[in-house]
This record gives sequence, structure tokens and C-alpha cells, in this order.
Amino acid sequence: MFDLVSFIPRAVVQSIPLLYGATGETLTEKSGNLNLGIPGIMYVGGISGVIGAFLYEQTLASAADANALLVILIPLLSSMLGSLLMGLLYCFLTVNLRANQNVTGLAITTFGIGFGNFFGGSLIKITGSEVPSIALSTTSSYFSKSLPFASKLGWFGQIFLSCGFLAYLAIVIALVSAYVLKRTRVGLQLRAVGESPATADAAGINIKKYKYVATCVGSVIAGLGGLYYVMDYACGVWSNDAFGDRGWLAIALVIFTIWRPNVGVLASFLFGGLYILHSFIPSGTNLSVTELYKMLPYVVTIVVLVITSMRNKRENQPPESLGQPYFREER
Amino acid sequence: MNKKNHVPLIHISKRKALPWYRAWAIRGAAILLALVACALVTMLLTGENPLSIYATMLQGAFGTPRKLWILGQDIAILLCISLAVTPAFKMRFWNIGGEGQVLIGGLATAACMIYLGDVLPNWLLILVMVAASIAAGAIWAVIPAIFKAKWNTNDTLFTLMMNYVATQLVAFSIVWQVPKGTGKLGIINQVTQAGWLPQIGEYKYLLNILIVAALTVGMYVYLNYSKHGYEISVVGESERTARYVGIKVEKVIIRTMLLSGAVCGIAGLLLVGGTNHTITTTIAGGRGFTAVMVSWLAKFNPLAMVFSSFLLVFLDRGASEISTIFRLNHSFGDILTGIILFFIIGSEFFITYQIHFRKFVKEER
Repeated sequence: MFDLVSFIPRAVVQSIPLLYGATGETLTEKSGNLNLGIPGIMYVGGISGVIGAFLYEQTLASAADANALLVILIPLLSSMLGSLLMGLLYCFLTVNLRANQNVTGLAITTFGIGFGNFFGGSLIKITGSEVPSIALSTTSSYFSKSLPFASKLGWFGQIFLSCGFLAYLAIVIALVSAYVLKRTRVGLQLRAVGESPATADAAGINIKKYKYVATCVGSVIAGLGGLYYVMDYACGVWSNDAFGDRGWLAIALVIFTIWRPNVGVLASFLFGGLYILHSFIPSGTNLSVTELYKMLPYVVTIVVLVITSMRNKRENQPPESLGQPYFREER
Repeated sequence: MNKKNHVPLIHISKRKALPWYRAWAIRGAAILLALVACALVTMLLTGENPLSIYATMLQGAFGTPRKLWILGQDIAILLCISLAVTPAFKMRFWNIGGEGQVLIGGLATAACMIYLGDVLPNWLLILVMVAASIAAGAIWAVIPAIFKAKWNTNDTLFTLMMNYVATQLVAFSIVWQVPKGTGKLGIINQVTQAGWLPQIGEYKYLLNILIVAALTVGMYVYLNYSKHGYEISVVGESERTARYVGIKVEKVIIRTMLLSGAVCGIAGLLLVGGTNHTITTTIAGGRGFTAVMVSWLAKFNPLAMVFSSFLLVFLDRGASEISTIFRLNHSFGDILTGIILFFIIGSEFFITYQIHFRKFVKEER
């Protein structure tokens, strides 16, 4: 029997990093920057949070000394700082130095994944501490704290209220981004920058500012996805490459939602479900089929990409100038 | 003199084409700066002095004949994939699906080795493997190309997604072959060595290196001296111009991606048939993405790619030696590669553009 009550929470947990990544990438792409560095940035966001939390936990005598505010704020801020720096680097290279976006993005992904795995593997040696592995159980217990009455509400509590605060934050951020993009002047101008920078420039919009802000905010949001993964999903244990290809899946999700963060909330649950579907479907003795189920999110994305380009409806297209550099002198 | 000056502080203009030696001087300076930055980072993390760090890196890349051969092999495979993606890039088709195309090529090779290994004579088997890997890579690459040509579907995103479909297809095939195994296929045809590409003398990697060297020259000639190469450049520079002069853009896109995928398929063949004699999901090892950077660093010039792939492989091998000796994590190499890439990516700006500061502008008046 398909166990829905245990399936949904697991799908939700899987979906949150994707939702963060996709919301961040959507904002970035709306400014016309195709940031393929998102997978790397999510690693950096995760590991920066780990480094912050690790250094803080090292200063504590025992877990009981932890200050609830600091234990949350230090990883959160260090994670945001790490991914912000990566976003700034991407912007500096593509906007100021006019470098190719794909190449820059891939370089950032190489660097970011390397950065994450390197510090994940060597943090203990570098800081010279005496612990066997990075297990931030104290920090994690604060991050994954759910509402106290969740367990009393039966299946409802298990499905909707059992997550840590970062999960709800993801949904809030996605909905706010959708609102800003669709209903505010800033969002309108941002979309204008992504669709036709030359027109936006002529209308007096500061292209560089919009690209910088959108990309950096997008990177920070994506980095939170990495933080959520380590602190909540993985219970504060960093293991190398455990984050896997979720960053690319987040980019797939952006296409799947046709650049709408509010659709992303539901679509990420769908993707999260598809991501773990293989362990819930009885495959009998033939284990190989489970590998095919893991292919589903990507196939679904390709289908959406193809259909949107075939139907050619104007509101469903990628931002017109996506991936194109904009130089005023070269119009 | 108190009149407000409307000349901006920094004014950027496009340079006329730089002589090649000045362009390379700028790139060289960027690489030097990058190496200094890398040394600083390494020093902070290991506490060694930079000179001994670079000595270790050289040792790791060139230390023994065996290391030299591995260096050559790694360069050959990376160069092969870079050659594959280059014609597509020249056409402004962002084929970042090299990873998947290599995997599919490798999968086709492995399938031939497993199913036809006992049926066909060895020479015929190898011919079939070559044909199958090329066809598989080409098919994988042409799917996004057809959609791009017909409906202008986003090429970057489509090829990216195809990578993961290919990865899962390989994972599926492995489990399908070895249902009770640990997800590893093991060496194919270990006893009969059927379908193993021949070894020249005692040098295991020589054949791969020779094949890729031939491909490099071939690709250089194709891109620079053939009609197809010319059409690719025109489509890349301006699609409208291409249509105006009567080039069938759709045809060029599909034809070029067929070529691109075919060469990726060959890389898969060399990896599975020539080197590893087995297939895993990580056989391409991220080279499909690294190849994008190799090709771009070399400005899509196949001969210059020899140097850029050498640089990246050298860094990787050197950094892995550092991480072994100082007992750091192997991913250290990725950090160094990333830093060097950032510097080179940044340096391209100074090759294409010129910066005028306000003072200079005044003097020119």
C-alpha cells in the first residue's frame, strides 16, 4: 500500500532545497543572468553555515550553553555571507567584466562544489580540533525544531507542521518573490531588464543595479537551500557530495514552473516527490526500474521546455535576453 | 575650471584587434596572478612556502613516467570532449551536454562489448563499437538540436537536462546487468579482452593520445578551411546574415550538433573501450563541463585548446598531489581550478576592451 502520510513529509523535506534554489534562480534569470553557478552557490551556502556553526559550537563548553539566538543567527548569517560573495563574484565577472555567463557560471559551480567538499573534508584538520566528524547536533536541533503541538495533531501535524522554520521561510520567500515580480514597480522594472535591457535602459532603469541586486539576492536565497539541507535534512552532518545534483534540479524546476516562484511551491513538492518516488513504488525484484524513476524530474522538465517553446505563448517564454550580455555601447 | 565635468571617471571602449602576442601576454599575466593567488590560499591552509607547493605540483604532474602518461591520457580525453563541443559553441549553440553524450557513447560501447563480445571477430567488433558509440553520441546531441532548429527551444537548458537522463540511463543499465551487485559492472571481457582497443607496444594510453591528436588537427582544418566551418562561423556571428546569404541555419545547427555528439561519442569509446573497460555513471567525471571552459579559454581554437586543457589537467593533477601530501581533501584541486578560471575569465575583458580614465581623455583633447 502506498503510504501517503509518510510519503508527503519526505517529499516536502526533499522539496525545500529545490524551492530555495529555484526561487533564487528565478529572480536571477528575470534580470537576464543565467546563473549556472547555482549548484556551486548552494554548496557554498551550506558549508559556510557549517563553518559558522562549527566554530561557534567549538567555543561552547556543553550543548546546554548554546544561546538560542546566536545558534540560529551565526550559521544563517555566515551562510548568507558566503553565497552573497559568490553572487557578487558572478556579477562582477559578467556585468562589469562582461564575461560569458555560461563559462562564469560553470566556473563558479566547479569552485563552489570544490569549496564545499574541501572544507567539509578538511575543516577539522585546519582548525586543529579534536572531534572525529562534523556533526552539529546542537545547531541542527534548533534548526529542525518544529511547532510544539505538531505531534499532537495526527496526520495533519505530521504533514504540514513537522518542519523546521527554514521550510516555512522557503515558502514565504517564494510567495513574496512572486508578488514582487508580478505586482510591484520593482518587479516590473526587473522583468523589463531581463526582457529587453536596451529598452529598460532607455526608460532610465539602472541595468547594472538591477542585475547586481537580483543576482545577489537570488544567490543568497539559493544558498539558504544548502543551509536547510545540512542543518535540517541532514541533521547537521556534512558529508561530501551528499547534496548531489539538487542544484541542477533546482535549475530544472525554474523551467518547469515557467519562471513563476509561486508555482514553484507546488512544483517543488512534485519534484521532491519524484525525487524519492523510487523508494515508495514497489518494484518487485527488479531494482533497475528505480533508476528510471530518478530520471522522471529531468524528463518532465524537458517535456515542459519543449512544450513551452512549441506553443510559443508570449507569457510562458524565458526572459528574452536570458544569457545575453548587455553592453550599452554595443547596441 | 569649476564647470561640472561630464566625462565619466572610467570610460570603456572596444579595442581594435590586439596583436596575438599582446593578447597572450595579458592572459599570461592573468595566469601568473592566479598562481600567486593560489599559492596564497594554499599557504594559508597548509602553512608551507609557495615554492615548495609548486614543486609539489610539478612533482605530481611530471614526477614519474607513469604520472606523465596519466597526464597525457587525461589531457587527451579532456581535449577530445572540448573539441567536440567547440563547433557548437562557435555557432553560439551552448552544448553543455557533453557529459551525457560521452556517457551514452560509452554505454553503446559497453553494450557492444557485452552482447557482441562472443559473437563477432575482434576486428569487426571494434568497428561496430566505433559505429555504435558515434551514432549514440550523435543521436543524443541531435535531439536538442532539432528542437532548437524547429522551435528555438533553449539549448543550454535542454542539453543540461539530457546529461542527467543519460546518467540515469547508465545507472539503470548497470543495475539491469548486475541486479544483485553493488552498482558496479566490473571489467568487461576480462579474459577474452574482446572489444578492448589495441594497445600500441607497452604504452596503454598511446592510442588514445594519437587518436585525439589526429582529431585536433582534423577539427582545426574543418573549422578554419572548410565550407562547413565557414557556415558555422557565419551562423555564430549573425543568424540573420546567414539567412540573408542563403545558409540554411536549421541544417547547419543539426549538422553541427551531429558532429559535436559524434566526437563526444568517440570520447566515450576511448574511455570505455580504450581505458577503463567498464562503465560507471561518473566515467565522464565532470569533463563535459570542464570542456566548456577549455574551449572558451582557447577562444574556440583547437590548437590553443591543447594548452588550455594541459593547464586545467596540470592543475588538477598537481592539486591532487598537494592534497595527498598535506593530507587535505582532494577537492582542493577544484578550488585552485576555480580561482585560476576566475582570473582568466576576468582577463578576457582587458583583451577585448580598453579602459580610459578621465585624466587621459582630457590629455587627448
